Amino acid sequence: MAKVLDDAAKAAQGKATKRALTGNEAVALAMRQINPDVVAAYPITPATEIVQIFSTYVADGLVNTEFVAVESEHSAMSATLGASAAGARAMTGTSSQGLALMWEMLYICAGLRLPVVMPVVNRALSAPINIHGDHSDTMGARDAGWIQIFSENSQEAYDNLIQAIRIAEHPEILLPTMVTMDGFIISHAMEVVEIQSDEDVRKFLGTYKPERTVLDIDRPITMGGLDFTDYYFEHRRSIAEPMINAKQYILEVAAEFEQKFGRKYGLFEEYKMEDADYAIVVLGSTAGTAKIAVDELRAQGVKAGMLKIRVFRPFPYEEIAEAIAKCKAVAVMDRSDGLAGRGGPVFGEVRNAICDMEKKPITVDYVYGLGGRDIDVEMIKSVYSDLQRIAATGDKALVTYLGVRD
Amino acid sequence: MAQLDEREKKESQHGAQEPAWHELPKGGLMVEPGSAERYKTGDWRTERPIWNAEKCISCMICWMYCPDSSIKVEDGKVVGIDYDHCKGCGICAAECPPKVKAIEMKPEADFR
Repeated sequence: MAKVLDDAAKAAQGKATKRALTGNEAVALAMRQINPDVVAAYPITPATEIVQIFSTYVADGLVNTEFVAVESEHSAMSATLGASAAGARAMTGTSSQGLALMWEMLYICAGLRLPVVMPVVNRALSAPINIHGDHSDTMGARDAGWIQIFSENSQEAYDNLIQAIRIAEHPEILLPTMVTMDGFIISHAMEVVEIQSDEDVRKFLGTYKPERTVLDIDRPITMGGLDFTDYYFEHRRSIAEPMINAKQYILEVAAEFEQKFGRKYGLFEEYKMEDADYAIVVLGSTAGTAKIAVDELRAQGVKAGMLKIRVFRPFPYEEIAEAIAKCKAVAVMDRSDGLAGRGGPVFGEVRNAICDMEKKPITVDYVYGLGGRDIDVEMIKSVYSDLQRIAATGDKALVTYLGVRD
Repeated sequence: MAQLDEREKKESQHGAQEPAWHELPKGGLMVEPGSAERYKTGDWRTERPIWNAEKCISCMICWMYCPDSSIKVEDGKVVGIDYDHCKGCGICAAECPPKVKAIEMKPEADFR
C-alpha cells in the first residue's frame, strides 16, 4: 500500500496522472495535496486508513500539518473545530459510531460557521455492530448544518473533497462540509483515479483567510457565547441562510473545477433522464450499478432513467422536482431507514420536493443495502419492473424493504 | 418598587429594537468587549441582598466572592449592590464575617 501511494504521491508532483487507488487512498492523497494546518483524528473502520495514510505523510514531512492523535471522535471534532476557530484550515475523518460520537460538535461547528472539511466513510450504525456501508450515519447528521456531498466512486470522492474546501470556505457559505463515500464498496475497492498535480490543486484551493479568529489579539472576539431566548432564534435563523443560498456557489466551484480539471459536477447527475418514464433516485456507489441496469433496460426499449444526488445538503428541492416531473413513476432508493413505515430520509425529501406540483409522478421508496447488504443489477431491474407495473395499474407498496429475507 | 417596574419597561422597549437575524455577526460572534454589562440579570433574583452601610467594615470579602461583580466599590469602600446584575445567590451574605453581618437576604417579593 505504502509503495503504491508513494508512487502516486511522486507522480502527483508533476502533471495529472492516473493511478489505481482505493477510495481511502484517493481521499488521503487529496488531503496531502490540501495540506491542512491541523488534522485531529481517531481511527474507526472503514475510515481508519484515511488518517493512517495521512499520518505517514506527516511523519515523512510531505505536509506541514499539525497532527493531533486524540482519544475519541468527540475530541477529534472538538480539536478540529477549535483549530478552525483559531484560523487554521482544519480537517478530520470518520465513520459510523465515530460520527455519532461527534454529535454535539457537529452542531457547534456549523453554528460557529467554521469551514471544517471531513471525509465520512458511510457505515451502518449499531446495534447490531456492523462495519459495512449504509447511509445511516450521515443521514443522522442531515440537520446539523453541514453541507453533505455524496460520492459514487473514488474519483468523485477525490474530486469532491478538493471542491469541499472551496465550498466550505466560500465567504458566502462558511459552513462545515462532509464528503461521503460508501464503506468498503468505495473506501476499500481499487479503481483508476485521475490525480491532479499538487501545484494545480493548491492553485485551485488558494489560501484560507478567515474573517475573524480567536487568536487575533488586535480584534478580540468571544466565540460560543451564551444566547438566551432573545438571541438564539436569530442566530439559528442566520445559519439557515448560507445553506439556503449555497447551491449557486457549489455550482460555481464545480464550474471552475471542470474548467481546470475537466470533470463535470452538478447538484445531482441525471442519467438518461431526458425522456425517462421510470426513474430511480439514488445516492453513492449504487448509482454505478443502476447505470448498468438503465443501459440494459434501454436496450430492451424501456424508458428507464436515474438521478444520482450528489449534494444532499442543501437538498436541491426545486431542481430535482423539475428533473423527475415528467416521469410516470419514480423509486427513491434509501440506504437507511426512518423506522417509521414511511421509508428513509431521501424519500421524505423527494416527496417534499414534488408535494406542491400539480402533475407529479407516482413515488415509492425502497429501503435497501442496510449494513452493506449487496445490491446488484437484477435487484435494481426488479425496481424498474415494479415501477412499470405501478404506472400501469396504480397498485403500489409505498415502502419496500429490498433484499431482506422475508 | 416603581423604580424597578420602570426599568423593566424600558428594557422591553429596548428589546423591540434588538437586531434582526441578518444584522448579527456570523457564527454568533461577540465582537465587542464587556457586552455582558448590558445584559441585566437582576430580574433572575428571588432573594435580595440588603447592605447595611453602618455595619459594613469594607473588608472586601463579599467583593472577592461575588460571582457577578455586583458589589459596588468606590475609593476602596463598599458603597452598595448592583441590583441590575446581582442574581441573588446569597454568597455575599454568607461570607460577610459573623461579627459584622452587614448583608441580609430578603425575599424579592417583599420589594414588588
